[in-house]
Amino acid sequence: MSDVWVGIVVMSVGCFALKYAGLSVPERVLKHPVTERAAGLIPVALLGALIAVQVFADGSSIRIDARLLGLGVAAVLLTLRVPFLPVVVGAALAAALVRLG
Amino acid sequence: MTTDRSVVVNSLGVGLATGTYGVSFGAISTASGLSVMQTCVLSLLVFTGASQFAFIGIIASGGNPITGAFTAILLGSRNLFYGLSLAPKLDLDGPARLASAHLVIDESTAMAVTRETKRQTRLGFYWTGISIFILWNATTFAGALAGNAIGDPRTYGLDAAVGAAFLALLWPRLDSWYARSIALLAAAVALGVVPVTAAGVPIIIGGGAAVILGMLWHPKDQDE
Repeated sequence: MSDVWVGIVVMSVGCFALKYAGLSVPERVLKHPVTERAAGLIPVALLGALIAVQVFADGSSIRIDARLLGLGVAAVLLTLRVPFLPVVVGAALAAALVRLG
Repeated sequence: MTTDRSVVVNSLGVGLATGTYGVSFGAISTASGLSVMQTCVLSLLVFTGASQFAFIGIIASGGNPITGAFTAILLGSRNLFYGLSLAPKLDLDGPARLASAHLVIDESTAMAVTRETKRQTRLGFYWTGISIFILWNATTFAGALAGNAIGDPRTYGLDAAVGAAFLALLWPRLDSWYARSIALLAAAVALGVVPVTAAGVPIIIGGGAAVILGMLWHPKDQDE
């Protein structure tokens, strides 16, 4: 478990440093079109990859199971403009119910 | 003319709506194998939702915590740019900047940068940031205790909840076919390398490939 603590410390320091740097760095340093493009792309690309791995990966193989149904339910709820928490609960509930059956 | 009062009320509304979903983070985190203490320290010290979910998602799938931390930091890089747009309006230095930096997140920025005066920018930033900080940590603790008590998380569909949480975080950004293509490409590449890489690595390869492609291929009408 101590590896997890190392990860937590690294992440805490890294995430805080980014926040602090944003408030401190002169604007012209980061106001480059290339930097701004990358900044817009990073969250979209990483979240896309995270979703795929979270929903389809099982160790080093791909598996389709109740998680995909949960994701589908989440997508429908988001289309209906349902807020964050009910979306997450709805997806969990759908997956749990399917596993019961 | 927006009144100070309405800025505060709106900020508290966003704070309440966002702060409470710490309960899902807490529950999923302890169900993923982190202790209650680790879960609470994450919310206290990292305090940026998407990064925290990324970290526990990678731990849950058997990934290396360092890979998890790296992915989380990459995801947190957007806070750098939020700070940049906030800096001239908040106008902070010394200890005030150090303390305020922790509150730079999606919601506090969104509730601040659209304001017309410096005063209302500050009101929006601090009321949103502080209310989320308090609630997020309180609900993380509650969720962590609950998650610890329930046993196998899959029985309750908590593994599906993580994907749903990521999708909800991504959703507002999928406002163009271009953004949707980038997200799908990242997903496809990540899944493609799942069989041949260690857990956590597909996220970095898939995300990285999509960012690189996005840097090379950008239709004119998508330029901001």
